[in-house]
Amino acid sequence: MSTDLTGYNIAYLDEQTKRMLRRALLKAVAIPGFQVPFASREVPMPRGWGTGGVQVTAAIIGTGDTLKVIDQGADDTTNAVSIRQFFAAVAHASTTTRTSEATVIQTRHRIPETPLTEGQTIVYQVPMPEPLRFLEPRETETRRLHALADYGLMYVKLYEDIARYGHIAQTYSYPVMVAGRYLMSPSPIPSFDNPKMHQSPALQLFGAGREKRIYAIPPYTDVESLGFEDYPFEPQTFDDPCAICGSTGVYLDEVITDDKGGSMFVCSDTDHCEHAAGQAEVTR
Amino acid sequence: MTTPILRVRDIDKTFTMHLQGGQRLPVLRGLAFEVRPGECVALGGSSGAGKSSILKMVYGNYAVDRGSIALRGPDGAVDIASAGPRDILAARRDVMGYVSQFLRCVPRVGALQIVAEPLTGRGVPADEARDRAADLLTRLSIPERLWGLPPATFSGGEQQRVNIARGFAVPLPLLLLDEPTASLDDRNRDVVIELIRAKRAEGTALLGIFHDTEVRKAVADRVVDVEAFAAAA
Amino acid sequence: MTADLPLLEVRGAGHRYGARWGCRDIDLDLWPGEVLAVVGESGSGKSTLLGTLSQRLSLTEGTIRYSAAGGEILDLAKLRESEVRALWRSEWGFVHQDAADGLRMHVSAGGNVGEPLMATGWRHYGNIRATAAQWLERVEIPADRIDDPPVTFSGGMRQRLQIARNLVVSPRLVFMDEPTSGLDVSVQARLLDLVRSLVADLGLAVIIVTHDLAVARLISHRTLVMKDGNVVESGLTDRVLDDPQGPYTQLLVSSILQG
Repeated sequence: MSTDLTGYNIAYLDEQTKRMLRRALLKAVAIPGFQVPFASREVPMPRGWGTGGVQVTAAIIGTGDTLKVIDQGADDTTNAVSIRQFFAAVAHASTTTRTSEATVIQTRHRIPETPLTEGQTIVYQVPMPEPLRFLEPRETETRRLHALADYGLMYVKLYEDIARYGHIAQTYSYPVMVAGRYLMSPSPIPSFDNPKMHQSPALQLFGAGREKRIYAIPPYTDVESLGFEDYPFEPQTFDDPCAICGSTGVYLDEVITDDKGGSMFVCSDTDHCEHAAGQAEVTR
Repeated sequence: MTTPILRVRDIDKTFTMHLQGGQRLPVLRGLAFEVRPGECVALGGSSGAGKSSILKMVYGNYAVDRGSIALRGPDGAVDIASAGPRDILAARRDVMGYVSQFLRCVPRVGALQIVAEPLTGRGVPADEARDRAADLLTRLSIPERLWGLPPATFSGGEQQRVNIARGFAVPLPLLLLDEPTASLDDRNRDVVIELIRAKRAEGTALLGIFHDTEVRKAVADRVVDVEAFAAAA
Repeated sequence: MTADLPLLEVRGAGHRYGARWGCRDIDLDLWPGEVLAVVGESGSGKSTLLGTLSQRLSLTEGTIRYSAAGGEILDLAKLRESEVRALWRSEWGFVHQDAADGLRMHVSAGGNVGEPLMATGWRHYGNIRATAAQWLERVEIPADRIDDPPVTFSGGMRQRLQIARNLVVSPRLVFMDEPTSGLDVSVQARLLDLVRSLVADLGLAVIIVTHDLAVARLISHRTLVMKDGNVVESGLTDRVLDDPQGPYTQLLVSSILQG
């Protein structure tokens, strides 16, 4: 789909804005995990619907790129479809739902099951970039804590979880240390996805539109999920395979099947599920 | 003759009452005396002559206008009249003890611990300190059921005996006694006399105020007449 | 013991609020294991002095030297913020008058005591919790309250928790700003006794600001009397209180309610 829209610059944003965003992105890549403030602009969608991610994508996407957009792992939700169509229209970019074919992947709350490769860029939509926010509401203070790498507070949160629930109860937005220096929120991805960030060959960019922050993890960077020696980080696990494709070791969503309490667990990554189901067909 | 442990020279003491328009109350002029190890010196004179003030000046509790209070300690002499707070605290730890008229109660601390504290504070192991404290309390007939209780609730006489036990617990070269027998019955008074004599026999120097003439006769080697140093008002 | 070197050496220290001096010309030395009381009425500059010494307020003039655990002498006004924070994490404590200023009111008691440990690199939950539990016991907070947040605690318990949170990293110097003044008299006595014994057991140096001379008498070795931003009298606590020399100190001492 490449409907030509007249009157819009390539990728919707004007060149000055893209330059500003790219400067912020370069700084973010240079200081892994550090939140770089940027002048967040209006884009044709409400704040909270991924305006940060859209601006980052707009700043980096070129006509030669192939874009994949997922929302909670799915390529076919309204938001994913409309963002994909938006960039097809304003950036003349090709689009895909196949992880392996994409050069740029914009995501809300998941990392694809198919391992990312060198040359790929994943753009995360971030609602709340500050991992310390709920413990320390003062921005002046959290910035200072980051500057001084004073992260005892984050462990207090984990301590409280263990004291209350017997284990670290945080299952999404699970805080990570990037390159041994900056504490970072991975956006609300499930902790299941956290290990995929570590030493990933892909470039990982994070955009928070409402909060006006950009941060990044360059390829092959150490990303350590916090934990205690005696209560180390443990990603979620699932006992049963996907009810559709039979995959194991993937992140599953519960789907309600009737109004009598029946449900089944299926892949949250629709691309992976289709692919795996297809392969299962072939083998059969 | 042994060298004095305490040598007081040319002491003047005046109280200035700023709340009464700066009225000056001269108390002592040219006070001088000495106390030697194994000697018990009583301060004599009528009430208001400044006897308690002398003990307090020696203990560093009151300032002096002029003169010197040389106290011989293990590390040489210190002049309490001019010493800084740290030296005075060191002297109180290592050289001199003070049995005041009243026990300054510490909330929540039991009698036995109050008596043992000066010992543990000087590095005596806790159980040894407790044994010594228990022994003194027994001798001063404080019933064992009271040992765990804070003395704030005790009678005046009991408080005074706890206070004496605390003061006598630690072996120090100089002991200052301010009316140690004031509120005691005869039996306990005799115990205190024994304690003082024992200290003296050990070589401790004692400087005290004893209103009770019997006690004074029983323990004091000589009397320093404080009125001889009274400042002309 | 390094008693020959003061822990804190203050010369001509002052802090100015705009055109007005909060405190000025302050000289003092504090040695390890020593408790120094700063007394005076409200507005006398005692809290400003505490703030200036603890680097919470800037030093407008004078010098403050601190003898660090590693042996080096630090000129506090010249330290970078990160260095001051490092001191706060490992060598200093501050007990606030209002426990809400010194505690995370919605974090459990164990988390409050454990935070300084985690901030200094403790990463073993079991050890952190065991150490927190020991300290709660030490400040007489029942073991079964370890998972309750201080919002559910009484005023006295909150102050004791604050003290535990400050002492858990074995600081060398603790600043206390009127730690007992918001409490009932009986609760005050208990807290003071606790502070007194902890200070003696741990050999802490403490600077305690109080308007209550009875507090100064009970726990301090030395006392500074402040008026209008200046020290008007100082010395051994019992001498300052029993034989006050200056008119202001005599007034202050004579104003104590006899209880």
